[in-house]
Amino acid sequence: MLVTIRLFARLREIAGAAELERTLPDGATARTAWDVLVGEFPPLEDYATAVSCAVNEEYARLTAVLKDGDEVAFLPPVSGGSGQGSA
Amino acid sequence: MRAPDERFRVTPDPLGVSAVAALVADPGCGAVTTFVGLVRDHNAGRRVLWLEYEAYEPLAVKAFQQIEEETRERWPSAGLAIHHRIGRVAIGEPSVVIAAASAHRADAFAASRYAIERLKQIAPIWKHEHFEGGEVWIEGATADPGDEAARQMALARACS
Repeated sequence: MLVTIRLFARLREIAGAAELERTLPDGATARTAWDVLVGEFPPLEDYATAVSCAVNEEYARLTAVLKDGDEVAFLPPVSGGSGQGSA
Repeated sequence: MRAPDERFRVTPDPLGVSAVAALVADPGCGAVTTFVGLVRDHNAGRRVLWLEYEAYEPLAVKAFQQIEEETRERWPSAGLAIHHRIGRVAIGEPSVVIAAASAHRADAFAASRYAIERLKQIAPIWKHEHFEGGEVWIEGATADPGDEAARQMALARACS
């Protein structure tokens, strides 16, 4: 199956692309897609425990099972708003 | 598909505080509070030149809607609007405007504080800091809308 992968911020810079398409085996999860990316772009490994993911524009777990045509997004730790932390 | 809700937006355009406030006021409101987050000229000992914000826009708008739903669970009479800027934002300009309306001021203040705390936890928005001598992505919380401890922390800050 073919999935679209969206990357943001530092993850986008590491991969050098905001959007990628990859063919994954049936039964693949979001984690499968992540592992494929880490294989291609090893510095992504730094985000292994900090990354969040979304499938088809909804937050999801890395265990979420993907289907053909899905869009899976990987999100580094977020920093919206202004200032930092509780400041 | 739901019609776009003007109250929850991610935009490259400059933010207008009174315009956001106008989205929540109604005749039953005795109070509207506005929170304006500004781009500051210093951070962690660095001289900041400007910030560049990036968002996963459709998910950010959904996160804002979720924040409003959570706010209504705790403060049923409170209405919310959240506009967040993306792209390059200059020092002193607003990066985020939150308006909270309620019958009484206490709920409006609390809902506004809750909203900014939650936004920083779960909105898929990133800040790229350009400072004198370099640039860095500011990375805060791992976004997990189901993290109950994080939600309780936001509630505690709102009610302190």
